[in-house]
Amino acid sequence: MNYEAVIGLEVHVQIKTHSKVFTRVGTGYGHEPNTLTDPVVLALPGTLPVMNKAALDAIIKAGLMLGCDIAPLCKWDRKQYFYPDSPKNYQISQYDQPICIGGSVEIELPGAARNVMGEHRKIPLTRIHLEEDVGKLNHHATDSLVDYNRAGTPLMEIVSDPAMHTAEEAFAYLTSIRNTLIYGGISDCDMEKGQLRCDANISIRPVGDPKLGTKVELKNLNSISYVRDGIAHEIKRQLALVAAGGKLIQETRDYDGEAGTSQSLRSKEMAHDYRYFPDPDLMPVHVDAEWKEQIRTQCPELPFDKQRRLLSDYQIPYTIASVLIAERELSDFFEAAARLAGPARAQAVGNWITNDLLRELGAAKIPLSSSRISPASLAALVQLIDAGTLLNAAAKEVFTAMFATGESPSEIVARLGLSAAPTDTAELETWCREAIASNPKALTEFKAGKDSAINAFKGPIMKAAKGKANPKLVDEALRRLLAVT
Amino acid sequence: MSAPLHFQSIAALSAKLAAGQLSSTELTQAILARTKAVEPRLHAFNSYDEADALAQAAASDARRNAGQSAGALEGIPVGLKDVIAVAGQPLTASSKMLANFVSPYDATVTQKLQHAGAILHGRLNCDEFAMGSSTENSAFGPTSNPWDLTRTPGGSSGGSAAALAGGAAVATLGSDTGGSIRQPAALCGLVGLKPTYGLISRYGLIAYASSLDQIGPFARTIEDAAIMLGAIAGHDPRDSTSFKTAIPDYRAELKTRRGPWKLGIPKEYFGAGLDPEVGAAVEKAIEFYRAQGCEIREVSLPHTQHCLDAYYIIATAEASSNLARYDGIRYGHRSSSAKNLLDVYQKSRAEGFGDEVKRRIILGTYVLSSGYYDAYYLRAQKVRTLIRQDFLNAYREVDALITPTSPIPAFKLGEKSADPLAMYLCDIYTIGVNLAGLPALSLPCGFTTSGLPIGLQLIGQPFREAALLATAFTYEQAHAWHTQFPSLS
Repeated sequence: MNYEAVIGLEVHVQIKTHSKVFTRVGTGYGHEPNTLTDPVVLALPGTLPVMNKAALDAIIKAGLMLGCDIAPLCKWDRKQYFYPDSPKNYQISQYDQPICIGGSVEIELPGAARNVMGEHRKIPLTRIHLEEDVGKLNHHATDSLVDYNRAGTPLMEIVSDPAMHTAEEAFAYLTSIRNTLIYGGISDCDMEKGQLRCDANISIRPVGDPKLGTKVELKNLNSISYVRDGIAHEIKRQLALVAAGGKLIQETRDYDGEAGTSQSLRSKEMAHDYRYFPDPDLMPVHVDAEWKEQIRTQCPELPFDKQRRLLSDYQIPYTIASVLIAERELSDFFEAAARLAGPARAQAVGNWITNDLLRELGAAKIPLSSSRISPASLAALVQLIDAGTLLNAAAKEVFTAMFATGESPSEIVARLGLSAAPTDTAELETWCREAIASNPKALTEFKAGKDSAINAFKGPIMKAAKGKANPKLVDEALRRLLAVT
Repeated sequence: MSAPLHFQSIAALSAKLAAGQLSSTELTQAILARTKAVEPRLHAFNSYDEADALAQAAASDARRNAGQSAGALEGIPVGLKDVIAVAGQPLTASSKMLANFVSPYDATVTQKLQHAGAILHGRLNCDEFAMGSSTENSAFGPTSNPWDLTRTPGGSSGGSAAALAGGAAVATLGSDTGGSIRQPAALCGLVGLKPTYGLISRYGLIAYASSLDQIGPFARTIEDAAIMLGAIAGHDPRDSTSFKTAIPDYRAELKTRRGPWKLGIPKEYFGAGLDPEVGAAVEKAIEFYRAQGCEIREVSLPHTQHCLDAYYIIATAEASSNLARYDGIRYGHRSSSAKNLLDVYQKSRAEGFGDEVKRRIILGTYVLSSGYYDAYYLRAQKVRTLIRQDFLNAYREVDALITPTSPIPAFKLGEKSADPLAMYLCDIYTIGVNLAGLPALSLPCGFTTSGLPIGLQLIGQPFREAALLATAFTYEQAHAWHTQFPSLS
């Protein structure tokens, strides 16, 4: 019997707000333990939560970007369980009325080759809701310490439908969510800092069976590649178990990314009864149309919409477009430069960005926002090259100088004497005559109709010009002289 | 002949302070002396700090001498129920769980009282986590009623009532979840006001049942209650359930509102279980209002019979969740015999909580459990809506309601402590008000033949405390119950 896997992901994303979701103390990563706390975070007797509107704004923005319906009422529930990372021993969350309902995440699957766009598909979402993050336990030999710095950080949980079938799809899904939320300025989605965390629900069923199989929840998928590897591993484990005549049980498993293995944490029988009920300390918040529309104006273009637009508006190759959309700032930079350089030069602009600029930024370990090259100066560089004023070989040198100093390309060309434009036409003509005279064989061939023979003259001319001759002018001068020779 | 300082009202004492006939230091010394004298008999306090109170009094005198007097509460010693946070002071909720807990922060009402110049004096005893009707559930021992030391002052705010009735404070704050201010006020011959839900910030009040809890004052007179209410009312950005509404000058409005009012008598509040002497006193009060030209109408609150059931589902559900934070991890009692995490939770909570608190946590956990939520919690919420609707329907016909506060006067210590259901019935006339979120007050309306105070409950409309207080003021002006003081024998 043929089986297919069914995968749904639960993705937790920390929302980038200055203060926590229910109190004013700041958020952050890497601080001294228990310094980002206050009486509310520590759940001291008598304290009360007050909602941070910025967190609600951010999740509404995420919902609008992902095409969700935004609930007219934001209601809060308590999810109750005892664990030391949860200061109140309940987590304020949303149970039966999530703020975002439905929507979808567009994904791109790997293409047939690196330079070929893969299939695009939409993975439907079930819901997105807002909750508070918990603290962190640090286990030692004989005891455990708890750090509440993370507790109360706004967290959204994005739940997909069980609509994926391969680890590759899950990988693409997570990548797309990450890019989208970074585009929206909603989260930095740094998995190493725990800003994005993923659990997967995985089951298998006979192909064609509409019923879902017994699901296993896989936890601790704490890097994007662990998500892919862990899911692939779990699918394989389930298939092998069923093939061997075994029976799957509903359980939660912990994935060990380093070892590439998983082990059972708990079975369904040990599942929690969270005793959800509406939090009486928080009033429901009405989200009206005006609020939604105001946030909608802040939503940026989605990464794949941008990809489609770059491909059609600028006629650039897929490989360049896919690199450019990886970062919103990068594609913004591209578009600004391409507009200034002119439509015919967009690909050249794209090449400079995806090859040279990214390489220099990587080597200098600085972000694009710190780059001393502006879109205008990159456009000017491309125009100089296109006009023949600057040769490609020299242009690399100019670019390096631009990156280092922030000067405009024409300033650098002038300073370094790199201009390809010969000021003395007579000199060029002399070099041309010498080149023609010294190569009678090529002259005969050219006269016999072999046009490419003209290139044989160009090497010596360039040599004489020490590489600074404008190839366009050289070509023109040669043809003029050859015609009369 | 005027009463001794410790039995005088805020209004009288603040006039003396303003006239320079009395300093806050002298007044505070008098209250401290009285506290020391009566506390061995009353046990109204969990703790008090004499030096701290005197330092506050000295600071108040200095403010007054510098011409910076804040108003009627400037220099007046006010006691707080031990569920309201004061930075640097113990905050125990009368529980072993928090026996050694000192609050690092102030409740909003604490800051407001300080801003008004009040001298914060003492941590007042109560039922553990405000759960009870007799103050016998305190982990630190019961409080006695100043009118009869063998009887309860009521609860849960029994310490707040007994301290004030005994002259160990000039006014006090309590909290009222199902009657915990009004019932002890009735049993101790005081004015006790439960404001509309949302009028007073709950920030810094240890939560028992969040949707029902409300802080309110105990006072000797309606005027004093108006002064206290004015000082603590108002929206607080730290409490999402606090309401944005203009706060009138309650004290000034007492004299401008004259009635006559249309008053409703809910027939369900005068049935079986009502002590005849209490019933007779309340009837006399009703006759007084009728004689004043008020229209008296019988009204019906048909869902009254379900109040107790709905209350003990909703309150315990919220309590089971609110009290989850007392786990021995970050603060509070941690069992010394705990060997692992589960032990820390189970033993710390088993040792730290008393029987009534455990009973309510278990009940609340049960009604929220998977499979029971709809049958209990959800249904109780629906009943609650009906109960509120009953009151709002009545208010289409009348301005306020008159009922007894407690079906019985102060009962003997130990009399009901073995029977939780009998104890729960003490709140039968007060609980509906909390479920409906309404303002209500208790004021003295007589004494039993054995000399125990009787309380009259007036129930008002949401955020119309000024009218409610004025209605009560009319009665108080014509009676002298509030000028009688207990002998503490």
